[in-house]
Formats: sequence, structure tokens, C-alpha cells
Amino acid sequence: MPRPVQYNTKVKMVEMPKGYSGEGFFATSFDKVVGLARKNSLWPLPFATSCCGIEFMATMGANYDLARFGSERMGFTPRQCDMLLVAGTIAKKMGPILRQVYLQMAEPRWVVAIGACACTGGIFDSYSVLQGIDQVIPVDVYVPGCPPRPEGILDGILKLQDLVQNESLRRRNSDQYKELMHTYGIQ
Amino acid sequence: MALTKEIIKERLTEKFGDQLTEWTEPYGLLTFTAPAEMNLKVMQFLFDDDALRFRFLTDLTGVHFPDRKGEELSVVYHLHSLENNIRLRMKVYVSVAQPDVFTATQLFAGANWMERETYDFFGVNFVGHPNLTRILNVDEMDYFPMRKEYTMEDPTRIDKDDEMFGRGGTVV
Repeated sequence: MPRPVQYNTKVKMVEMPKGYSGEGFFATSFDKVVGLARKNSLWPLPFATSCCGIEFMATMGANYDLARFGSERMGFTPRQCDMLLVAGTIAKKMGPILRQVYLQMAEPRWVVAIGACACTGGIFDSYSVLQGIDQVIPVDVYVPGCPPRPEGILDGILKLQDLVQNESLRRRNSDQYKELMHTYGIQ
Repeated sequence: MALTKEIIKERLTEKFGDQLTEWTEPYGLLTFTAPAEMNLKVMQFLFDDDALRFRFLTDLTGVHFPDRKGEELSVVYHLHSLENNIRLRMKVYVSVAQPDVFTATQLFAGANWMERETYDFFGVNFVGHPNLTRILNVDEMDYFPMRKEYTMEDPTRIDKDDEMFGRGGTVV
């Protein structure tokens, strides 16, 4: 006897953006559509150096399942990814490498600093440790914790999704953004 | 007859007389101090001597003793005689003002990176080293971090304010 086929009927869809709809048409602003698309298909680039990386692996795994939020596949290539997840202690010697990875990513790109070390250097109040990755690259979301629980990392990514969804399409061309990049020495 | 610590000490004293000092045996490890300019001569003797044959450099590191005026920096050599299965430790002292020590790279190729590390952290200048550059720390670093002359916390940082950590500052 063939097994009964089970269809997954619990697929969740994102809500439609606000707009005007009528018979056969739907009109909304380009910002909203692009924001919606970007938000739900962030490609993560994990830059995991220590224990926060282990928590991040749990976040990717089946129990917490980052894929539910549209980040299905880790891309270990900066060229294809738009969400840099820095999980772990970054030594001063690794700073330029992290910066290079960031530079290799194409705009638009976002950065999440996962854990106390990536945010501020954490317990490593030391000559060899970078005191927060925001000294070399701009950071969008900081996830505190030592290490943060997977729920915390998911919360950070949801916060980032909000940023991505509501980001103006012109933000990356704005003077403010250029000035921010300039403070990091990035053209 | 197996090589013992007594024989090693006897052989070394026979060769170098009272130039080798501070003979001790902490935890059973024969330890002595040699004058800094004689480090290679002593190691070469330990290497070549048919009875001793100390031909493996287990470790080479530095220690900073701020209280030993005029000889603040110490370079410690751990030597191993594989055939006799016995180890010893040799120390040389140099001043922090002029920390020149002859390199052991001609004798032990493995000393290369260990000397670079000792230079990196303690600033010991190994005379004759083929490539005495920083190995672990960033190249731009302009101090030697393992010297005992710094406060426990990085004084160059600006992001961590004492006030946030409840240790001093203006907020009580």
C-alpha cells in the first residue's frame, strides 16, 4: 500500500506591502518591494572564530533553523553574500583580514557583530585583541552575550531584517553614508 | 654508565670553570646561568661533547625580571639530550637597555621562530638572526607586550570607560 501523501499546508507567506490594488493590478513603491525581497533572502557569510561560532552553528542547525528566516544557505564567499556575521574574538592581526572580507562584499552589505568579543573585545582587555570590530568596519546590529544564545542571534538577525526592509534605496548613495564609509577609510 | 646531572655539572665546570653560576635543580631540572656572551660557546660544547650530546632545543623563551637591575631580561634555553634522555635549562641575563644575545639559529634551526617570538614579546635582540621580525603580533606594534612595565589594562584604548565598569571614574 502506498504511503499517504502529506502536503505541508503550514507554509507561511510574507505579508504584502501596503499599496493600491484593484482588479488585475497592484501598485506600491519600489522601496517596499525591494526591501521585502532583500529582507527575506539575506545570504549569510559566517566569520566565526571562537565559541560564538559554535552558538551560530546551533542557530543554523535544525533546532533553531535560521533557514526559516530566508537565510537558507551559508555562502563562504564574500562576493555573493550580503550579511556578514562576525562571531568571536577578532585579534588585531586579523583586523585587516576581516576588513578585506568586508571590502570584497558587494553593496548593499550588512554586518552583525555576534557576542561580546566582536562587539567590544569582551573579556579580552588585552594588547592583542581588537576592542570591537566597529573599529575596522561599520556594524549594523550588535548581539550581546558571552556567548549569546541562538535565540539572541536569531533576534539580532530579525532586527537586521527590520533594518533591511526599511532601508531607503538611496541610503547607500547618501552623503551621510559616504561620510560613515570615509571614517573607516573605505571609498 | 648513564649520564647523570652530576656528570653534566662536572663536565661543564671542568670546561668553563666558575663562569657558570646559579646552579639549581628546581623540580629535578638541572639549571644554571651563563654569561650572555658565552651562550653559544656553552651550547656548542653541550652539542659537540660526545658524552653529553645535547642536540635538541626544546624551548627558548624570555622572562622579564624588573627587579634585577642591569640584567632585567632573561633568555631561557631548554636543551634535551635525546640519546641520554636528560634535559637541562640554561639562562642568560641581559640588560633591558641593551638586550643583545647571540642567535642560536646556526646551531639549532628550530631556534629561528622561537627567537622571533622572544623578540616579539620581550624585545630581546638576537644578534645574527636571519629574519628578526615580529611573528605573532601585528607589525605596527611599537612596544614589547610581555615586559612587566605596563598596567594590566591596555592604556591606549578609549572605548572602555572606567565609569561603565564601576571601578573609579567620576561616578560613585
